Amino acid sequence: MISSCKPIIQKLTLTLFFVFCFYGITVFAQDGKTLFNSKCAACHNPLKDATGPKLGGVLESDFYGGDIKKVYNWVYNVNKLVASDPHYMALKGQFGSVMTQFDHNSISEKDIDAIFGYIKQYVVDASTPTPPVEGRGGEETSNQNAVIFGIISLILAVIALILMQVNSNLKKMSDDAEGIQRPEPVPFYRNKVYIALVSIVLFIVGGFYLTKGAIGLQRQKDYQPKQPIYYSHRVHAGINQINCLYCHGNAWDSKTAAIPSVNVCMNCHKNISEYTKGPKLYDENGDPIDGTAQIQKLYEYASFDPKRPSSWDPSKAKPIEWERIHSLPDHVYFNHSQHIRAGKVQCQTCHGEITAMDEVKQFSELSMGWCINCHRQTKVDFNYDDKTGNKFYSIYERFHNDFKAGKMDSVTVKDIGGLECQKCHY
Amino acid sequence: MSQKKYWQGFGEVNDPKNFQKKVKDEFREELPFEDIDSKGLLDAKAPRRDFLKYLGFSTAAATLAASCKTPVRKAIPFANKPENIILGEAKYYATTYVQDGDVIPVLAKTREGRPIKIEGNDLSLFTNGGTSARAQASVLDLYDTYRNRFPSRKVGDKFEESTYEFLDKTIADALAGVSGKQIVFLSSTIVSPSTKEIISKFPNLKHIQYDAVSYAGMLLANEASGFGRKIPSYNFDQAKVIVSLGADFLGTWLSPVEFAAGYSKGRKIDEKNPQMSKHYQFESHLSNTGACADERFTHRPSQAGAVALGLLAALDGSVTAPAIDDNKLKAGIAKVAADLKANSGKALVVSGSNDMNVQVIVNAINNAIGANGSTIDWTRPVNYRQGIDKDMNDLVADMEAGNVGALFIYGANPAYDYHSAEKFKSAISKVKLTVSFGERWDETTSLCTYNLPAHHYLESWGDAEPKAGITSFIQPTIYPLFKTRPYQTSLLRWAGNTTDYDTYFRNYWTMKLGTADAFDKALQDGIMVGAGGTGASYSAAPVANAASALASAKKGGKTEVVLYQKISIGTGTGATNPWLQELPDPISKATWDNYAMISMAKAKELGVKLDMNYEYYPQKPVFEFAVGNKKVQLPVLVIPGMNADTIAIAVGYGRAESLGKTAFEAGQNVYPFISFNGTTVDYFAADVSITDQNKKQKIAQTQIHNSYEGLVEVVRETSLATFKKNPNVIPEYRQEMVEDFAKSTSDFRREATIYPDHSQPGIKWGMTVDMNSCYGCGACVVACHAENNVPVVGRNEVLRYHDMHWLRIDRYFVSDKNNPDDLKGVVFQPMMCQHCDNAPCENVCPVAATNHSTEGMNQMAYNRCIGTRYCANNCPFKVRRFNWADYTGADSFPNNQDQWIVGKLDDVVHQMNDDLTRMVLNPDVTVRSRGVMEKCSFCVQRTQAAKLKAKKENRVLGDGDAKTACQQACTANAIVFGNVHDKASEVSRIREDNKQRSFYVLEQLHVLPNVTYLEKVRNTDEIIENAEGGGSEKKPETSIPASLNKAE
Repeated sequence: MISSCKPIIQKLTLTLFFVFCFYGITVFAQDGKTLFNSKCAACHNPLKDATGPKLGGVLESDFYGGDIKKVYNWVYNVNKLVASDPHYMALKGQFGSVMTQFDHNSISEKDIDAIFGYIKQYVVDASTPTPPVEGRGGEETSNQNAVIFGIISLILAVIALILMQVNSNLKKMSDDAEGIQRPEPVPFYRNKVYIALVSIVLFIVGGFYLTKGAIGLQRQKDYQPKQPIYYSHRVHAGINQINCLYCHGNAWDSKTAAIPSVNVCMNCHKNISEYTKGPKLYDENGDPIDGTAQIQKLYEYASFDPKRPSSWDPSKAKPIEWERIHSLPDHVYFNHSQHIRAGKVQCQTCHGEITAMDEVKQFSELSMGWCINCHRQTKVDFNYDDKTGNKFYSIYERFHNDFKAGKMDSVTVKDIGGLECQKCHY
Repeated sequence: MSQKKYWQGFGEVNDPKNFQKKVKDEFREELPFEDIDSKGLLDAKAPRRDFLKYLGFSTAAATLAASCKTPVRKAIPFANKPENIILGEAKYYATTYVQDGDVIPVLAKTREGRPIKIEGNDLSLFTNGGTSARAQASVLDLYDTYRNRFPSRKVGDKFEESTYEFLDKTIADALAGVSGKQIVFLSSTIVSPSTKEIISKFPNLKHIQYDAVSYAGMLLANEASGFGRKIPSYNFDQAKVIVSLGADFLGTWLSPVEFAAGYSKGRKIDEKNPQMSKHYQFESHLSNTGACADERFTHRPSQAGAVALGLLAALDGSVTAPAIDDNKLKAGIAKVAADLKANSGKALVVSGSNDMNVQVIVNAINNAIGANGSTIDWTRPVNYRQGIDKDMNDLVADMEAGNVGALFIYGANPAYDYHSAEKFKSAISKVKLTVSFGERWDETTSLCTYNLPAHHYLESWGDAEPKAGITSFIQPTIYPLFKTRPYQTSLLRWAGNTTDYDTYFRNYWTMKLGTADAFDKALQDGIMVGAGGTGASYSAAPVANAASALASAKKGGKTEVVLYQKISIGTGTGATNPWLQELPDPISKATWDNYAMISMAKAKELGVKLDMNYEYYPQKPVFEFAVGNKKVQLPVLVIPGMNADTIAIAVGYGRAESLGKTAFEAGQNVYPFISFNGTTVDYFAADVSITDQNKKQKIAQTQIHNSYEGLVEVVRETSLATFKKNPNVIPEYRQEMVEDFAKSTSDFRREATIYPDHSQPGIKWGMTVDMNSCYGCGACVVACHAENNVPVVGRNEVLRYHDMHWLRIDRYFVSDKNNPDDLKGVVFQPMMCQHCDNAPCENVCPVAATNHSTEGMNQMAYNRCIGTRYCANNCPFKVRRFNWADYTGADSFPNNQDQWIVGKLDDVVHQMNDDLTRMVLNPDVTVRSRGVMEKCSFCVQRTQAAKLKAKKENRVLGDGDAKTACQQACTANAIVFGNVHDKASEVSRIREDNKQRSFYVLEQLHVLPNVTYLEKVRNTDEIIENAEGGGSEKKPETSIPASLNKAE
């Protein structure tokens, strides 16, 4: 009975597999990219050998013969196979190091399918060059509008002045014609009303800008310095979807987000030595940037020779002196982990659309008013009746009662003391 | 029946009217303002126009200084980030504070790889996770700018930098040439078992341990009494009756942190069944421990033997009691003997004497009261002090005779603290090869030919065995800052072993513990408890000889001098530490100096008038004290409760200039006053002559800086008998106030005030301070310094009442109303911001820089403060501190520290602002600049961190998650902090369980503090009369005790 069923089941699975391949390949590719980047890219490249062998075409090679199960077997039993199987022993001899063994929790068979789906797609894409995506444009319209409005206002003001002069001349002519003797009119620059009006306007406008300027001293919204390496967040976090925390993992645990050290960059860039496929990059003057040259700069800091990757000595690396963009005064205590973990705030809330920025600029004002405003509006992760929120807040008995009684509909940061001096200044 | 009075200074007792008037002045010095005379303002030196000119200029300058261009800042990440470092998060490493035999297991808090704070190790049961002031301050020693930075050798008169390779070779060659002569390693007590092994393996090395303050008398006496040359563990927690014969066991004697932990267990009071241990103290001067005693008896230092003999005679009659003239002392001995007898097996007698005969008698007493095996534990002898005085004497004799070929010195500083230091200095010149491992250019190191500086303990690997079977480990918390090397490595090299000490230590313990994992676990815990020894039995053999020797001891002269250690400076090792120099002495409240403490009777005899001028101005009369041909000139401080004919002077001062600006010119060295009696060293001189120098010297005391201007109910203190008889004095007082001020609702908090009610929806922080467990040791004060970046201001600024301590320990003398010298006790009261709910400081601030939080904290926003000082003026507790000068270098103007109007700051302030020293700053706390007010913040950085941790872990805040620095430092658990809304928290429980003793300071002001104090209870039978009737302390005494004034 069972044996007669077997071919049917085989056929069914085969058909299902093909259906998946055809319909699901894009889905796979999308997930597969993320998975590949997070699990494999540190050592493997689809197109060339790196710390580990290139993955493009591996599945189709003679050894695997298209059987993904053999890949599963390898991924889950690395330690065993590398000691017993001659194929892997040979690879070990060639590359010197052994792959980390995974278990089913960290990577499922489905994940492996997805990764190989992505690799297949990647190899196909690589052979057909894509036109570079245009990155800039569009943001200048508002500036242009302001200029146009300014010019129109200026023209109107000049016309108004001319009309006023014409008016007074006509009046004078009509007075002359009618023979009325009037005293010599006071020119407008000696007219006390004019002078008083102008000085009041100047005082108000000047005072406003002076105060604003004084308050804004040392604030640097939109600050976008030139960095030692043209590092594009758009390429890394945007197009390649590297999680912010992969590089700025410190933000998860600590008050500082920290700039990644050179060895973190090299995790990926040991394999990625050239920039070819992404969009064209431009600096602030519109001059094109050579991505590969920027990676070369990184190699100089890391003392890495891409031709002899295995001889890299990380201890010879030198730190990169970035120009600091976001800087709070010393008397302000700010904690990243508080905001992203306890507060569940997205990085973009304060840092802007970082995935679209090439070189980073300061998006927010980082002024006290800006902080306070957010604290006024932001709701905390309060554990209301549904018990989903943070259990820390269960001690706020009064708010729980008020919420039950319908006296309040949400708890904001302000309610738990988020506007108090000593939450940030101590 | 007696009437009591609390007082802080003689002005308060002898001249209260003037005292009240004077302390109202904010400034005790002339202000640098011109007199407004008849000439009018414009003719004054700084007329109005000048003022306007300066105003205009400074405004313009300030605008320019805050220039419009933002500086470019660099952000430099690691090249390779170490895996276990999270930037911005603290890491704690278990290590051990070891200083000349003192051992305290601690945790070192590190930030970005640099240690910034020492915390007690909670796994260490014998210290109860506590620390001492010196352990707390030790982290600052690491960053001392006067540390030796490289190995050096003497060329001509000067030291020149050298290399370890060169010195190793030179010294090894020199060692080969000393054949026939001794090679001596002179050190302070070494508690490290691995180091001892290295020393024992060094061929022909003679190891001599020398302690600046020796316990040789005790070691020899215990040997004679059959226990071996050991010092036992003392179980103060088991003792119902504690008798100390001059041992300052809560301050400086042997292992005060450990003893305070045990002692405090017997001093906590259960209100339902109030009882506590009874502590008697016999001593010559007022020590820290004596201040905490229930009953005190004073005697001359030369009478120490007589007191011990008298006690033994009264206990078992095995010796004859010597004649004692002092009736009070005589009665005291009888009383104590009776109490000891009644509590046999639950009593303990300790003695601070270094006389072997006295210690033999003390052993006999302890045997008679059954202390051995109960309160004295011979199975875990301690290793804190091992030096035998005679060994050192023999060494100096050998050196003089030319028998010593090589001398290595670590930890010992005989050129400064040896009784015949001059003899040692001349003897050392006869030794061919002299090597010092000194971390600083101390007096002895400067005399040696080679200096190979050792690591600071926070840079070292190592181990310590404080008592048998208990090991505490040392692991480095920072890469060595300078070219220093462990002295053990040097010893290994010179013995021909090429391994360095780090490896040697690791191998030693991995072998002992079996596996590397076990070793790692031991390092992580920091402490390991193994089996103790078997103990020994008592032998009465030496008693008769000791008794006859003591009976025939010669009598003292007219005046005697006793030498003691200060809690802060110790034997002198703390002298280079600015935090310790600025820590006020618990008894005298003096900083930066030593002085002669004299009794009130002696003051009268010497013509020192205890009037307002003595008390009020820092100038104190200077006398010359001479013992034999050794003389020192020191100012005197009159202290109540001293033995009438005894003068007490602290050792550890008068250090060499090469040790740095902190230690130099602070006090005088009195080590020359000690003498060798043939067996041991005596830390007293039985005859001292005194001559008036007719001059005065300023002493920087913090005693009356923060006066309550005569307000009472600051301290509450009672006797156990009174408390038992009338336990509800405090609750009844509170009830009275409710009846007076909140009749209609009986809600005292709301009705008795015009303040709005603050609400605390979540957490409300609160603190309790048990004054029964506070011994004034100052660990909390230094901990607060380190945690909160509190600046050091230097002697001259303390003299101007500008000390910055956020937490001070107020000392009140308790005496009979009419006889201030008859001291009944001393009350220590840690005083910090009380975080009042109705805070008087808050509503006088014109810019709302100080205000209230929803967690019950009184907040201080430094950047908002404009320095009006209204808040400090309005604070009833005087806990606010104003930055009169730029102590931290945080001003925007770089050269603002020294000005003609602010005055010149002491060198030490500049030293504290050195880039190296600033590494000790806590990066989570703002460094305040000139012109802002600051005060205790309840360690808000710690409460915030604890809350964040709980939020991240998605849980409720636990009790003990947030501990303030002072709480963490306290061995006796006197300070407890927590969330009072959490009914299960320790602070809530203590308030609930101690309703009869809980009080607020100045409760009648209705400022509603968030700090409660627990009344101090002395265990005496005295019934205090004005505690009867449930009323408050009566209004301040205004009558002047006429007898005293006339007498002067």
